[in-house]
Amino acid sequence: MGPFIVQFLTGLSNASALFLVAAGLSLIFGVSRVVNMAHGSFYMVGAYVAYFAISWLPKGGFWFWGGILIAAVVVGLLGTVVEVLLLRRIYRAPELFMLMATFAVLLVIQDLALWVFGAEDLLGPRAPGLDGSIQILGALMPEYDIALILIAPLVLVGLWFLLNRTRWGVLVRAATEDREMLAALGVNQKRLFTGVFFLGSFLAGLGGAVQLPKGGADLLMDLNVIAAAFVVVVVGGMGSIPGAFLAALILGELTSFGVLFIPQSTLVMMFFVMAVVLVIRPYGLLGKPEGVEHTVSELAQWPLRKASRKLRVTGAVLAAVLLAFPLFAGSFQLILIGEIAMFALACMSLFFITGPGGMVSFGHAAFFGGGAYAAALFVHHVNTPMELALLLAPTCMALLALVIGWFCVRLSGVYLAMLTLAFAQICWAVVCQWGRFTGGDDGVLGIWPSPWAGNEVIFYYLAIIISGGGILALRYLLFTPFGYAMRACRDSRLRAAAIGIHVRRRQWYSFAVAGMFAGLAGGIYVFSKGSVFPYEMSIPRSFDILLSVLLGGIHSLSGPVVGSAAFIGLEDLISRVHFWRLILGSIFILLVVCFPQGIAGYFSARFAKEPGDQEAGSERSG
Amino acid sequence: MTKLLQVDGLYKSFGGVEAVKGVSFDLEEGELLAMIGPNGAGKSTCFNVINGQLTPDRGSVKILGQDTTGMKPHNICALGVGRTFQVTATFPSMTVLENVQMVFLSARGRLSTVHRTVSRLFVEQAMDLLRVVGVESQWARPCGILAYGDLKRVELAMALANRPRLLLMDEPTAGMGIKERLTLMKLIGKIASERAIGVLFTEHDMDVVFAHADRIIVLNHGVLIAQGSPAEVRDNHEVRRIYLGSYAR
Ligand SMILES: Nc1ncnc2c1ncn2[C@@H]1O[C@H](COP(=O)(O)OP(=O)(O)O)[C@@H](O)[C@H]1O
Ligand SMILES: [Mg+2]
Repeated sequence: MGPFIVQFLTGLSNASALFLVAAGLSLIFGVSRVVNMAHGSFYMVGAYVAYFAISWLPKGGFWFWGGILIAAVVVGLLGTVVEVLLLRRIYRAPELFMLMATFAVLLVIQDLALWVFGAEDLLGPRAPGLDGSIQILGALMPEYDIALILIAPLVLVGLWFLLNRTRWGVLVRAATEDREMLAALGVNQKRLFTGVFFLGSFLAGLGGAVQLPKGGADLLMDLNVIAAAFVVVVVGGMGSIPGAFLAALILGELTSFGVLFIPQSTLVMMFFVMAVVLVIRPYGLLGKPEGVEHTVSELAQWPLRKASRKLRVTGAVLAAVLLAFPLFAGSFQLILIGEIAMFALACMSLFFITGPGGMVSFGHAAFFGGGAYAAALFVHHVNTPMELALLLAPTCMALLALVIGWFCVRLSGVYLAMLTLAFAQICWAVVCQWGRFTGGDDGVLGIWPSPWAGNEVIFYYLAIIISGGGILALRYLLFTPFGYAMRACRDSRLRAAAIGIHVRRRQWYSFAVAGMFAGLAGGIYVFSKGSVFPYEMSIPRSFDILLSVLLGGIHSLSGPVVGSAAFIGLEDLISRVHFWRLILGSIFILLVVCFPQGIAGYFSARFAKEPGDQEAGSERSG
Repeated sequence: MTKLLQVDGLYKSFGGVEAVKGVSFDLEEGELLAMIGPNGAGKSTCFNVINGQLTPDRGSVKILGQDTTGMKPHNICALGVGRTFQVTATFPSMTVLENVQMVFLSARGRLSTVHRTVSRLFVEQAMDLLRVVGVESQWARPCGILAYGDLKRVELAMALANRPRLLLMDEPTAGMGIKERLTLMKLIGKIASERAIGVLFTEHDMDVVFAHADRIIVLNHGVLIAQGSPAEVRDNHEVRRIYLGSYAR
């Protein structure tokens, strides 16, 4: 009985830490609709600042808690600075751009933290007066865990008081429930948003600081906690503080007991719970459905344009250069360009559903990496020839996308994105843990092209033709009824349904097509690399793809190609330099502030003849 | 002969608000039925229940004798129901022509076509419809930048494109000047009688209603308080009371 109680209490203390981060994230999302990827970074900074503050301050319980409070305030101020200097400029930009901006902040903070705090993992100081353990029916329970258990309810009560009993809190709740109404009330939104960012970041910092004696501080905390915090927020219902509390309790207990059975995969278990909850309750346990579809509606202002003459000429020149490339390039450049092309196809497939389709996927690597694995496993286990493997990879991924998509198209906006992330994470876990079949962390090695394509020039042409063909096929699809039907569902679900379009079914099919082409990209990619590792299916991979799409711009059909070339080129240029994340993040921030429509979007807007020119693009033909 | 539309004892509430309380009425082929009532009377809610966007709490809807209660909008559309919305809903990123083409593509089951581009499908048919509603000159402009009155006409074209038997038009003339209102209603009346379509519409301008409706039903606070010919409704005491005598002289 004792160990059981201790396990239960440990779960409560896990829940406490989860709640602090998640509450801040939920609060910020509720008011500003910013999905703050940098929230985990604030948590990490909180832990580090607390460490240095506590070791600098005099010893003793008072100063210990004082140091923790100082850390929370410092992080709160950091959040305020980010809000005022960056986010405030781009609240009007598409939601996805804010995501990219906060992701850039995450990258920048990662390197700044490395620079300021050092690479070493820090062991947290013991809390004075709470450094022992108590006996519970024969089992030991650290005193500090008990203290942690008390913190979450205290913060919950404090937040409840703030939100329900103060004028400021009433405004925050009004903003969460109805932004338009708030604007109509004439409230100073800027001050409100900044205040909420301070509070949210303060809570993240507090969360990082209070877990210091338990978990210490290290540079991987940010990504680890952000994934968990998102799960809690989404399970609880975005914007709902009590929901976050409830979800933190459930997930905290689950991980605490789950660790007894499947030790390595607590995060995967959380994602699994999230998938189940979202399927049963699409808006989380205590969340409310979005009143208005706000996600990508701004996209609807961007008509689909046929290629202008200029673009056709550019495309032809590009194709000619690519075909002539082996004449004057070395093998390193050939491989690089080939990989850019495959990556561009993966990006185009994500763009297909994200831009014209309005469905943002945070887990597209499931299909890209999945295609790579499918091809590799066929070759490895049953000696499939390359040509057949290149057919089987997209087929398998179309089937996988049909399964995953069936659940995902029931949701929209951020919820849909989070569900794709959950499924991708589950796929990734399967690949990691089913070592006997997939090779686990060691990956699958020795996957080489058929002999006729073994020559690097021939393989280069193969890669260019498959990738380029895939990109053009997806592009063409956008101009067919299939693509139009998908776009109709994005533009107006209401109208689409009223003219007899089965909205979910169209979205489902589109999702499968995107998965299929991503699988094709992954299939050819594995033959270029010769091997595949679980990284190709992981969250960072998904974000590589998403960031490239955003980098190119979701308003423009050539965006994915430009974006992936820019992304891989950049990565290749700077990944050998120290602090490349800092550079990459700064570039993203600059891009977001200067080119809120992405690179390709910027140029196509800039070089369109005049603002009222949209008609000219779509000459009637028939 | 079966009625085109039969609504029987409809109830619908949102949380605490009872928007529609026991509304029953029916509609014949070729008939122009006006639903009137003050703002918040429950008119749009009735429309949304009839076209399947909302499920009623109680009551039933029959279209051409078939019980459609709880059916999804896309299935109800397939029975021959066209719909326009109080706040216009079109595809803003598509041109006027493409908006109408979409309806043809959907009605003819061509949405999965991948071997031809939209620019070659149903162009003439869609242009013809645009001519009927009088926005053919705008065909190449995206709906996102269209004037409100033109959007209402595009919606009408879209509602007509699948050859509906029943048209549901929620405030088809909102935001138009009085002359345009009258011409548009006249046009709707003409189309309805030519094609034997039954039309259920709401309208705030009583002059328009009394000039064009064959029959009128009156909603107030979710309750159907009167129905009958324009003359009967005009003389109804309760209707006069609600409209404070402003329209019923
Ligand atoms: N989706 C909804 N959620 C909550 N209340 C609603 C909703 N739709 C309508 N209502 C309420 O139902 C009542 C009737 O609205 P509506 O049918 O739009 O009236 P009308 O079209 O006659 O102006 C109003 O009080 C309105 O506030
Ligand atoms: Mg209405």
